[in-house]
Amino acid sequence: MTEPSAINYLTYPRGLRSWLLTLDHKRIGVMYLASVALALVLGLIFALLMRTELIAPGRTIMGEDTYNRVFTVHGAVMIFLVVIPAIPAVLGNFCLPLMLGAKDVAFPRLNLASLYLWWIGALFFLVTLAFGGLDTGWTFYTPYSTTTNTNVLAAVTGVFILGFSSIFTALNFIVSIHTLRPPGMTWRRLPLFLWGLYATGLIQVLATPVLGVTLLLLGVERILGLGIFDSALGGDPVLFQHFFWFYAHPAVYIVILPGMGIISEVIPVFSRKPIFGYRFIAYSSVAIALIGFLVWGHHMFVAGQSVLASTIFSALTFAVAIPSAVKVFNWLATMYKGSIELAAPMVYALIFLFLFGIGGLTGLFLGTLSVNVPLHNTHFVVAHFHYVIVGGAVMAMLAGLHYWWPKMFGRMYNQTWARLSALLIFVAFNMTFFPLFIMGGRGLVRRYYDYSVFLESNPEFTFYNQLASVWGYLLVTGFVSMALCLISSLWSGRPAPDNPWGAPGLEWKSSSPPPPENPPPPAQVGDPYDFTEALLPSGT
Amino acid sequence: MGCSSTTILVAVALLAGADLQRDSFWLPPPASSTAPLVDNAFLLLLGVSAFFFALIVVLGLWFVVRYRRRAGLGPAQSPSHNTALELLWTAIPLGIVALLFYEGFVGYMELRTPPKQAYEIEVVARKWSWLFSYPNGHKDENLHVPVDRPVRLVMRSEDVIHGLFIPAMRVQMDIVPGRYTRTWFRALKPGEYNLVCSQYCGTKHFDMRALVIVHPPGEFENWLADAARAAESLSPVDRGRELYRINGCWSCHSIDGTAGTGPTFKGIYGHEVQFQDGTSAVVDENYIRESILDPQAKVVRGYQPVMNTYRGVLTDEEISALIAFIKSLQ
Repeated sequence: MTEPSAINYLTYPRGLRSWLLTLDHKRIGVMYLASVALALVLGLIFALLMRTELIAPGRTIMGEDTYNRVFTVHGAVMIFLVVIPAIPAVLGNFCLPLMLGAKDVAFPRLNLASLYLWWIGALFFLVTLAFGGLDTGWTFYTPYSTTTNTNVLAAVTGVFILGFSSIFTALNFIVSIHTLRPPGMTWRRLPLFLWGLYATGLIQVLATPVLGVTLLLLGVERILGLGIFDSALGGDPVLFQHFFWFYAHPAVYIVILPGMGIISEVIPVFSRKPIFGYRFIAYSSVAIALIGFLVWGHHMFVAGQSVLASTIFSALTFAVAIPSAVKVFNWLATMYKGSIELAAPMVYALIFLFLFGIGGLTGLFLGTLSVNVPLHNTHFVVAHFHYVIVGGAVMAMLAGLHYWWPKMFGRMYNQTWARLSALLIFVAFNMTFFPLFIMGGRGLVRRYYDYSVFLESNPEFTFYNQLASVWGYLLVTGFVSMALCLISSLWSGRPAPDNPWGAPGLEWKSSSPPPPENPPPPAQVGDPYDFTEALLPSGT
Repeated sequence: MGCSSTTILVAVALLAGADLQRDSFWLPPPASSTAPLVDNAFLLLLGVSAFFFALIVVLGLWFVVRYRRRAGLGPAQSPSHNTALELLWTAIPLGIVALLFYEGFVGYMELRTPPKQAYEIEVVARKWSWLFSYPNGHKDENLHVPVDRPVRLVMRSEDVIHGLFIPAMRVQMDIVPGRYTRTWFRALKPGEYNLVCSQYCGTKHFDMRALVIVHPPGEFENWLADAARAAESLSPVDRGRELYRINGCWSCHSIDGTAGTGPTFKGIYGHEVQFQDGTSAVVDENYIRESILDPQAKVVRGYQPVMNTYRGVLTDEEISALIAFIKSLQ
């Protein structure tokens, strides 16, 4: 084993300018990683402020208007700046061309433009924060959003621009997967992470424009007073909800499908076995993407939507649950009779299985028409989507980050430290968010600054909120510990071998970190889950 | 999926600590005729979820321990796919979700279909209070209902979207400006229950609360007649206090001197106030009248222009009563 090659994509060419003007997908991925991490810190600060306010009934550290801004910004930052770009723009950008054996993505300049659009979008978020804030909730429901005097225009401009960032990345991935596959890599030999990114790309390209148009209409309504969504001007507030969820529900799949792709890479590698039921996992990603377009109305069971529409949306919602459930069985079957190594990426994959399991199963509660009625708009919903988005997508992101980290930066991190951080995150996450299911079931409404009105009939809410707040601090501690473990490896980690996990994927064939120019693919690419050659002990 | 599997799943739910009839750990004590429908579906879901979650955890941990990597030992031979097995574990969840969908559908139809003979109450929601109007013309800030009689709520909003949510009755419905929405329930036990706003509506969303007061048999009619009679024979100050209460003025304007979303009413009459544009004026009858009908015209410094107009809501006689009430708060 040698020190990482002096000339790699991180070290050559040198200088800030070479980074800012780079067309290299690997550098763009790394810059996205740093940017998204900063946005995550911002989102977590707002989460901590919120949990601190809720640690006791009544006013704790802020007034009600401040609290309304805090939860809105937490949601908007986490959704639009963090979880939507996290996996595709960071890990997708870094890995996709390497997994394809391609020189780069199909449109490298568009790729860099996507990063710049992300930065401009983020800037608009900062402008929103500095000038007036935003108190609409991340959902921008009309007519509240057309009448509030907070800075809705700056925020929707930011989201509009971020939408194009997302579309550019997706366009690149779709075209790259169609045109840049090497000889031998048929659709049925496409790594499952790429299937996940492909399905995600379809949603991003088809759904994001709807969000853009909707927010544009909202802006027009605010500026020109044209009646579109505001009933006082002759518009229809529920129309906005249809438009918004037509994007925002598929957006959940934008977040989760690439995560499922990562899990489908990590579990085979650390079980030393081909993925079980490759074809089902691959096609079900596309099936989820398409059916996911037809379930938006399940956000509106109590919004005044007709009974017939609600019934159809409920049925379709249950239909989309099936492919997700079957994927979980396939992952478990992959582990069966394997040779399982509990390295950090696999620990995160297991955490994903457990937390996403709870997230998915509680989704059934909300998809069930009658049960949705008392659970709608309560903390039960808040708990459900945090289990799906943090427990699912973020845990998958961390599995992928720990999996590809040695390739990205050429250093191994401390396994014990990484695994202990994962354990703390797992325990703290459950202790933070599980109490929200209980309080939500018993009627605690979401977006409530103060829960005093419920204390007479539910005095235990104070305790549950304290539990959630204290463990919330520990959850953030876990994230900090995880990040420090990875960052410290850049200086003190031992150099990473080219293929530390013994993985068969094409991305492991290059050096760690890869050279500035990606290596060409082999003459004939085989099965991405063929472990016959990769059974040597790792790290030698 | 037959009846026997339903029974098994409900049994699992019972083991999970729930009791179908009484207070459960997961839901508030049921207080309406439709609550058991919702609660049974909830417990069925709880059983299904507990079973599948246990399955995932047990299999995941068992495989990790049983098939842990050992020196010199590779993975055993096992198939990389098995169509029959995959079809089986697609079909079983499909059957289960079909059952869940059906349970939810049946309950939802019941929740959304008010009986024909229901007693009708009109609901107005606005930032940040409730107003309930009864067939005899009486208006109240709390929802009074008779026990054991279906009550149909016809709801409208005066500003943004609100949500009427009575956790104990398992009733929730958005109230959308520009249209009427409806819901109904039949209360089973006399008592007081929370009614809260469930759709985010701004500053005092968390405080937009009313009580559901369920009257014992025969007492509701007496209460309603008394309440209507009491409102008729009031002095202007008392009439103003009544209007202050039912129109929700209190949610922004205190009468004890504390500043809220708007200025307090205590001592405001006859005093000079500063406006946002730098001008000032002494609060008199005309200023109060203008502030009720055209609230954005002169906003007191330090407050946001968030009040809605009460033009068309309050009559001249009612505005005069309110002025008399404000005058009395010295």
